[in-house]
Amino acid sequence: MDLTLARQWMDAFFEDLKAHKDYLSELDNPIGDGDHGINMARGATAAQEALTQSPPETLNGLFKTIAMSLLSKVGGASGPLYGSVFLAFAKASLDQDTLDDKTLSQLFMDGKDALMNRGKATKGEKTMVDVWIPFSERFNQDPLTKEDVDAMVLATKPLKATKGRAAYLGDRSIGHIDPGSMSSGYLFKTFLNVRDHS
Amino acid sequence: MTGIVLVSHSGLIVQGLAELLKEIAKDVPLTTAGGLETGDIGTTFDRIEAAVNANPADTLYVFYDLGSAKMNCEMVQETADKTIYLSGAAMIEGAFVAATLISAGAEQSVIDGQLKPLHVK
Repeated sequence: MDLTLARQWMDAFFEDLKAHKDYLSELDNPIGDGDHGINMARGATAAQEALTQSPPETLNGLFKTIAMSLLSKVGGASGPLYGSVFLAFAKASLDQDTLDDKTLSQLFMDGKDALMNRGKATKGEKTMVDVWIPFSERFNQDPLTKEDVDAMVLATKPLKATKGRAAYLGDRSIGHIDPGSMSSGYLFKTFLNVRDHS
Repeated sequence: MTGIVLVSHSGLIVQGLAELLKEIAKDVPLTTAGGLETGDIGTTFDRIEAAVNANPADTLYVFYDLGSAKMNCEMVQETADKTIYLSGAAMIEGAFVAATLISAGAEQSVIDGQLKPLHVK
């Protein structure tokens, strides 16, 4: 995956976030503060503007620009979380012209680690981590499909939240899909789409 | 010099708390990051970083309200040139104690000792 394709991936992700803005906020309503969609769409718009204004010339530059846009515009917990993910992506792609499978695998692993460090989250707490762990671990082993990603996102539904704002709700958080896992699902599915159609 | 930075999801919260602190510790350098630049509720790395940089003190106690504010504060703490103590104390009580003690010229160990029982996060 070269810069052009990575840029397509990111644009597809941002378009998904904007298109599903209301749905993401809806998921966030019962177990959060109902602003995940608005926040992510604001970040997506800011990132697209920044990329148009000064188009990055390297993969590192692409991910760094996105990280800084999300950090400065998102406003909710997903700002520092996704910001840390894209900073990790930038670091993993430093001095790389293309991302081969090995580097991509590293990228997703580093993203997952950055997420867990920043949010001090572990597996099973009903957070984005619960889709990042299976996706990054299975990336190198299975030919993952969009259906696999959907299943990972859906698997957050029966979990009881013990991290983040949803944790205040205890048992009431059971039965709802985690909104951050859904938006992470968009990131993974747009990746698979761009990769498989190139 | 030691100062204080207040971080909240709401501009009104930091504004009110800053007014309160100025009553008791006018001389303590105090800057704030409250809400988003659009006026919406939230916190961002940029606004916290700006409040840290705008504070004339080179050692800062940072008090914050809720979860995501903490993560943004930690990112600023990792990248800033200043010495930043990110306090998990209840925001109003913690900032009040710190302002009082900084104003009185108390040592860091004294400030930290008084903040400790106020930790809630």
